[in-house]
Amino acid sequence: MTMLKVSVYRYNPETDSAPYMQDFEIDTKGRDVMVLDVLSMMKEQDNSLAYRRSCREGVCGSDGMNMNGKNGLGCITALSEVVQGDRLVLRPLPGLPVIRDLVVDLSLFYKQYERIKPFLINDQPEPSIERLQSPEDRDKLDGLYECILCACCSTSCPSFWWNPDKFVGPSGLLQAYRFLADSRDTSTRERLSDLDDPFSVFRCRGIMNCVAVCPKGLNPTRAIGHIRDMLLSNAT
Amino acid sequence: MVTNITNFGRSGLSDWLMQRASAVIMLVYVLFMVGYFLSVSDLSYSAWHALFQQTWMRIFTMLTLISVAAHAWIGLWTVSTDYMKATGVRLIFQSFVILALFAFVVWGVQVLWGA
Ligand code: SF4
Ligand code: SF4
Ligand code: FES
Repeated sequence: MTMLKVSVYRYNPETDSAPYMQDFEIDTKGRDVMVLDVLSMMKEQDNSLAYRRSCREGVCGSDGMNMNGKNGLGCITALSEVVQGDRLVLRPLPGLPVIRDLVVDLSLFYKQYERIKPFLINDQPEPSIERLQSPEDRDKLDGLYECILCACCSTSCPSFWWNPDKFVGPSGLLQAYRFLADSRDTSTRERLSDLDDPFSVFRCRGIMNCVAVCPKGLNPTRAIGHIRDMLLSNAT
Repeated sequence: MVTNITNFGRSGLSDWLMQRASAVIMLVYVLFMVGYFLSVSDLSYSAWHALFQQTWMRIFTMLTLISVAAHAWIGLWTVSTDYMKATGVRLIFQSFVILALFAFVVWGVQVLWGA
């Protein structure tokens, strides 16, 4: 029986002077369970371990974490996808302040989301029932609306690490494009002019870490390219 | 909206375009130079001198030099805003880069149009 050796980042700012790694030995009984299941087994051994989770099926986006160096959702990442040998190293999402253990402070991430005005803006008179959209126009939102705001992408992006206060980041930009691409939104110009500074969009260096980690298989880099094209045709 | 007064074109888009355009100009210049060296079998001082006597060559070279300066500024400005978090350090670095690039361009004018 081989035991899984898990090393997890621990930090409680109220009692610890510095973060440290705590080792666990977990018996998975040979089953290929999800990382989140392993975390709950760890919590049985030491219930001071803190992490976020809710839906445990890849829908809510609350258990984004760094598993053996790669960001992802613990609940839909099977051990066979991440474990190297018999070792698993769990860390909080990189680049954000740690509140405790695997729980990070997502305030900056949400601030950037808020900044792109993630709601439809339409200055035309309201129709009596609803604003209609052709199936073709609706298709343009595929690959954009599915984002669950798990922050795996933005916290794997070096540009977001260096400038989380000014660079919107892949997640926010994917959402920005989701509203730029929506035929029912009439504030395209204002949205674009809010993004035309040297940081918000243009800090993207096309590293594509975001694409590599998105648990929903979305492509923020492509959306960022579309925003750049829109900025270009709007300005020339 | 995020603003930053030290960037080149006051907008991310113009910086980005400038970065692309200057890269193309530098590439064309390099290709031209490679082509020139390949086509001239034995390069003499007089041939080299004659080439740089041409007004178009001087303008082309000057354009490339300005492109190098713009490209370097945008690139180094970006790097400095990524990695230099202390304002003082960043300002000193940026001033140094501007000064150096300015000197190179003026020097280039002197080389191209001087005696
Ligand atoms: S492609 Fe852009 S947004 Fe995505 S990780 Fe790279 S720099 Fe960040
Ligand atoms: S784009 Fe993907 S990785 Fe980024 S927040 Fe949305 S779902 Fe998560
Ligand atoms: S717990 Fe909801 S996405 Fe993992």
